[in-house]
Formats: sequence, structure tokens, C-alpha cells
Amino acid sequence: MNTWKVFTNGLLRENPVLVILIGLCPTLATGSSMNDGFGMGIAATFVLVASNILISLLRNYTPDAIRLPIFIVIISTFVTIVDYVMHAYMVELYASLGVFIPLIVVNCIILGRAEAYAYKNSILPSLMDGLGMGAGFTLTITTLGAIRELIGNGTLTFLNRELFNISVSNNFQPALLFIMPPGAFIVLGFMIAGVRWILKKV
Amino acid sequence: MIVLSALLINNIVLIRFLALCSFFGVSNKIEVSLSMGMAVIFVMTIASSASWIIWYFFLSPLKIEFLRTASFILVIAMLVQLVEMYIKKSSPALYNALGIYLPLIATNCAVLGIAILIIDYQLGFLKSIIYTISVAAGYTLSIVLFAGIRERIEIAPIPDILKGAPIIFITAGIMSLAFLGFAHLFGL
Repeated sequence: MNTWKVFTNGLLRENPVLVILIGLCPTLATGSSMNDGFGMGIAATFVLVASNILISLLRNYTPDAIRLPIFIVIISTFVTIVDYVMHAYMVELYASLGVFIPLIVVNCIILGRAEAYAYKNSILPSLMDGLGMGAGFTLTITTLGAIRELIGNGTLTFLNRELFNISVSNNFQPALLFIMPPGAFIVLGFMIAGVRWILKKV
Repeated sequence: MIVLSALLINNIVLIRFLALCSFFGVSNKIEVSLSMGMAVIFVMTIASSASWIIWYFFLSPLKIEFLRTASFILVIAMLVQLVEMYIKKSSPALYNALGIYLPLIATNCAVLGIAILIIDYQLGFLKSIIYTISVAAGYTLSIVLFAGIRERIEIAPIPDILKGAPIIFITAGIMSLAFLGFAHLFGL
């Protein structure tokens, strides 16, 4: 399999959230606006790529029996880096993501890719795999955030800039339900159905 | 107040979005989800008391707070292993009941999440224990209810494209809506 294929695999065909159904907690919890969703996606992608590279580099020196604790230590190191960098430079985002930043460490996507891919492949494919899976995760969580924000609040904000605001143009009544917890489950349910429909067609 | 808030109003699964993997993974049958809930109550209580002790006796006095994530997850994973070995020796009946769920719980984000939350909320030791038990009971309540619904969904006529995961998510959304109704209960 060439490296480009490894990258695109994570986007749709093996999308971690929509097809494999892992990494659900951060997706549902932080995808309440486009901004938060994108921030969470980038944070998780950084950890995923960095730990994939390091685990792939160390794969010949890692004893099989204690590989899981080693993976966890490597992952939690990068999570701590993200935690502190975000706290220093992106206070607002840090406050809205809250406990889900340290919880990246138990995100099944990262440990799953370490075990299933990086531990068995060389650096370049592992890097591409991390980027692809991370991009798939970021895309999903940003889309979920955008849909929920648009229906539930009538706005779209990306990188702290307002792209779109429906409430200034007419008397639109936002469906508050969608930015509350139930909306996350319902929108994600329909997104999974949508991806299944697309995969069946192609 | 703490108990009610953790059990119903801020239900860990449906409002806080933690422990979703196991919530969707092992909610096929009521009995199975009940024993999973019991295992979670058990492990969570041990894990948060251990992390409380680590934080207030080691990390905080020694000013090495940045090791929080790494040390908590390792200690929790180790504790789960220890508990598993101990139960296997001392009471095989309990081991058979909890069995395969114990290792699964080590990577359950709710366990680490609650350990971090009790530190963030700066709760005392006793309060932390009470809070943890009620959170875990809330998990058990919602997973058992959800398993009951899923057993009925199995035989319901559902459009083909929604079968499996999508309808389960939508059901969880409606359940979450029901739990949202508990908000502002007793003026909380």
C-alpha cells in the first residue's frame, strides 16, 4: 500500500469515529461548536502523529510484554505537552475543552493506532497513518460541531472568527436542543448513517 | 445533593459524555450491562481514592503536578491488574461475574475522568468517595436502562440504513433528552 493510500484510508473508509466507532467521548462532548471541535481535533492529531512516530522509532527496542505501559507513557507525555501549551496560549479553548484535554490519553484512537499500525510499520507510513486518522477525526468532529452550531445557535465560528450569522438577517429561532447533549447523539447517529450510505454507493 | 446531582442531573454518560465506548459496547443484554456497572462502581471507587492520595500526598507537595495524567493512568492500570489477580485468588465467583470487564475498565475514560475531576473540584477525601460512587451508580443506571431499550430495538422494524449504530445513537439522544429533564430538579 502506498503512503497516499494510507493517508486517505483514515478519511472515509476507515474513519475512526464514523466507521470504526472509537474515540466517541471527545467527539460528542467537544463537538458543540465548530471552533471547539477543530481545536480538539488538532490537539488529538498532534498527539496521534507524535506518538505514532516515536513508537515506530522505538519498535525494535520495545519488549513485547511491556509494550502497552510504554505506549501509555509515551502518549501521556505528549498529552501533557498539549495540556500545558494550550493552557498557556489558548486559554479560552482550554477552558471550553476542560477535562477532555487530559483525557486524550485514554482516547482509543491513539492507543489503537499505536498497537495496530505504528508498532508494526516504519516511520513514514506511521506518520501518514497518524496524519490520515487525525484528519479523519478532525474532519468528523468539526463537521459535527458545525452542524450543531448552525442549527442550535444560527452561527458558524471558525478560528474565533464569525463566518456566518443567521440571526442578523431574519427572525430565525435556533433549535437549542442541538447544542445541548441530546443533539450530539442524534446528529452523530445521522452522520454515521450518511457515511454508510456513501460507502455503499462507491 | 452531591449524590442526586451526580446520579441524575449530571449523568456521566448522557450529559457529561464519558465512558461512551463501553456504554455502546456492552449494552446488548441487561444482565451483562448490570455486571459491567457493578465492576465500574468497584474499580472507580478504588481508582479515585488512590489518585486522591497520590495527588495530595505526593504530586502536590513535591510540586510535580505535570505528572498528573501519566501517573494517574499508570496507577489506575496497575490497580486494576492487582484487583483482578486478588479477586481471582480470593473469590472465583466474583471473578467470573466481573471477569473480562475488569481489564476493559482500565482504559475506560470515565475512571480517569473522575479521578481528574475530583482534583479539579478540590473535594475532600470522603466527599470524593461519595461523589465517585454516585457517578458510577449513574453509569450503571443509564447503561441498564439503555440495554433494556436495545433489547426491544432488536425486534423493531427500522429502515435499513439506520440499522445498528445509527439508531442506537439516536435512541441515546432521546434518552439524554429525558435526563435533561432532571435539570433544575430541587433548585440545583
